[in-house]
Amino acid sequence: MAEAATSQVWRERGRTAAITAGSIVLALLAGAVLMVVSDPDVITQYAYLFTAPALPLGATWAKVSNAYGALLLGAIGSPNALAETAWQAAPLICAGLGVGLGFRAGLFNIGAQGQAIWGSIAAAYLGFTLHLPPVIHVIVAVIGGLIAGAIWGGIVGFLKARTGAHEVIVTIMLNYVALQALSWLLSTPAFLRPGRVDPIAPVIAETAAFPILFRQLNVGFFVALAAAGAVWWLLDRSTLGFAIRAVGANPAAAGTAGMNVPNVTIITMALSGLLCGLAGVQYALGPGADLVATPLSIGLVGTVGFDAITVALLGRSKPLGTVFAGLLFGGLHAGGLAMQSIAQTPLTLSTVLQALIVLFVAAPALVGALLPKVKAPATTSLVGGEA
Amino acid sequence: MNVLYGLLEPDDGEIIIDGSPRTFANPREAMAAGIGMVHQHFMLVDVFTVTENLMLGREGGPVLNPGAARKRVQELSSRYGMPVEPDALVEDLPVGVQQRVEILKALANDARFLVFDEPTAVLTPQEIDDLMRVMQSLRDEGKGIVFITHKLREVRAIADRITVMRRGAIVGQAQPHSSEADLAELMVGRAVDLRVGKAPAHPAGTRLAVRDLRVANSAGGIVVDGLSFDVAGGEILCVAGVQGNGQSELADALLGNIAPLSGEILMDGVSLAKASPHATITAGMGFVPEDRETDGFVASFSIAENLILNRSTDAEFATGLALNWGAIRDNAEARKEEFDIRAQSVSDPISSLSGGNKQKVILARELSRPLAVLVASQPTRGVDVGAIEFLHKRIVAERDQGTAVLLVSTELDEVEALADRVLVMYRGTLVGIVPPDTPREVLGLMMAGVPFEEATKVEAATPTKEDFHG
Repeated sequence: MAEAATSQVWRERGRTAAITAGSIVLALLAGAVLMVVSDPDVITQYAYLFTAPALPLGATWAKVSNAYGALLLGAIGSPNALAETAWQAAPLICAGLGVGLGFRAGLFNIGAQGQAIWGSIAAAYLGFTLHLPPVIHVIVAVIGGLIAGAIWGGIVGFLKARTGAHEVIVTIMLNYVALQALSWLLSTPAFLRPGRVDPIAPVIAETAAFPILFRQLNVGFFVALAAAGAVWWLLDRSTLGFAIRAVGANPAAAGTAGMNVPNVTIITMALSGLLCGLAGVQYALGPGADLVATPLSIGLVGTVGFDAITVALLGRSKPLGTVFAGLLFGGLHAGGLAMQSIAQTPLTLSTVLQALIVLFVAAPALVGALLPKVKAPATTSLVGGEA
Repeated sequence: MNVLYGLLEPDDGEIIIDGSPRTFANPREAMAAGIGMVHQHFMLVDVFTVTENLMLGREGGPVLNPGAARKRVQELSSRYGMPVEPDALVEDLPVGVQQRVEILKALANDARFLVFDEPTAVLTPQEIDDLMRVMQSLRDEGKGIVFITHKLREVRAIADRITVMRRGAIVGQAQPHSSEADLAELMVGRAVDLRVGKAPAHPAGTRLAVRDLRVANSAGGIVVDGLSFDVAGGEILCVAGVQGNGQSELADALLGNIAPLSGEILMDGVSLAKASPHATITAGMGFVPEDRETDGFVASFSIAENLILNRSTDAEFATGLALNWGAIRDNAEARKEEFDIRAQSVSDPISSLSGGNKQKVILARELSRPLAVLVASQPTRGVDVGAIEFLHKRIVAERDQGTAVLLVSTELDEVEALADRVLVMYRGTLVGIVPPDTPREVLGLMMAGVPFEEATKVEAATPTKEDFHG
């Protein structure tokens, strides 16, 4: 909000922040319990809980501190770790912004996955077929990816606004369509790498790749931050954002005030798709683990579309919140790899942590009950709209 | 009241029945303790018969016994003088009779205390008379009755004791013979002028013309059927009628929220029959929606944001895509001052305001631009007496600036106070347009569909009855 917030508003914000912090703490505690019960070496020590309590408690402490230490080290422990975290976070932030924007208009965009897939297809295609000068090539490829995502999202908005089709069902179905379209495209001559029969596209031209700044940190991360700034401006400073927020919070009042609710729905879904498309672009044009852009294949975008929902929920559909949520989950992922190699704790634990954090955030009363100092905020809307 | 009925849990305090404290976790427990509730919005299953509705929640085992339930309906309805057909479907019954079913339902549960929550809002004056009689006979049978209302006239007519509540606290007791002005003062906390100081209207030329308007509701039923009328600049035309006789749809059609099936709407000669809400608002229509909470504002938005809800793209508040927050805040501060909106800060969410102040925000928004026509539906519903006074004055001031005002109201007090002419609507048709000093009994009959000439004759023939509303 542009206006100076009063103490009442600040108190609510403080409580919201406390709930988020409390959720992270609780998730780490639950994760620690999981680690202990899944490790037979530590569990056997618990036979001595009453005779020699130092043994099991020491083993538990060693196990948990070792694992979380490795997690922290891998996430923010070194410049390399920070670069890895930023690299992991960039697509999460973009898609999280997209899903969050939908939430603000009261729309549940479950189709971030499909929109990201189309974004990656368009960006990769323009990246390996065109031959353009360096800066222009990457811009053209990015714009192509944005348009592809916007179209895929816009279809959903159009169907909802004109026919009343529910966006959740339509987006889920379109996710399948996008995935199958990708797998079909990869079998066509236009996408097949010369001399190969397996579904993998040619490597994109160097002129189309996001320039690398330090290790895996590349321009894509700053593109994601710029996108967050743009979404903030849209929501808080523009007439369109005003309409999006009004339609999301109360479509009846927005309609009575003369806003065109169907058009706002279509525009929001297109913009949401555009941001999710940008997440796909990050995968197609950004460097992979080997510091070279990964060619388009079936699993290129991973599960970014579904992770984006958790990012948007944790970020409460606010641009700045989404950036932090994206960084947190990016860090969990980067740190999870380190945790796996150093502390032999499976990578899946970081996924579990991610899920637990969102679960606790979604149940503020539960956090309030488990951590008595934390008071649940009066308004518990995660999504900012009536989604 | 929801606490009393077990729908909400109290934060503190206790409910004492026959000397022992009780708490109710749900309505079933409240019913068992002898509390019956007649809700403002009926809790009836429309497609069930009266008997079936009475059986709801008290089926008494896996096998239904409709015969016994039917007998119980007849017994109760004759005992308390509430004639009801036990086998009629609820949806076919008039609202007043549906309310009787609600009351019977409570009685069938052997309620000893009956809570009536604003029961008269949906009734014609004649139906209100009937309800009052029923309440008296219930009292004489030994039932305790809590009658919640904001209509001072009804309070004075029926109550044995009056308790005045303001902002959740009891502020005083009063006797039924207290004057309306005294009651209003208790409710508001200061002396209130109940009469609207209103100069005679100086109607200029027609600004709003409606011709043969037909409107269907979302279910496809024709709810406005061939309505024609004119409103001149500088006059207030009140649309009177019992709730649900097409007034809401008329207002929605004027705004452009629903497209009329046929007919013409002209504002200053320009057709608005096919216009969108955006177009009618831009053309100079002010609109105060009937359901303030749903259609009037966005609860999570700040007061400042709600004050420009329908003007966010105006050049005054936006340059291209960019909102001009400085202008929006200045506007909010000016409106807050002008309309005496009681708020800490204009950046507080509107949901933190009282009903009266919320309505002031809406009226401030609509009246802060030049209007040709103001359509206001139930502008003072659920608003405290002090704010009503203010809102009425602002509406009259808008009239005096030459705006054509169409005021939809189900409250005859309001109609009497504000109208320059009264249009009575019944089942989507126009019963007649009459002067505001028409006797209440005549208006009441007209609201039940009786034409003016006949209504005056009937009224003259019947001896004056106990006066609850006139």
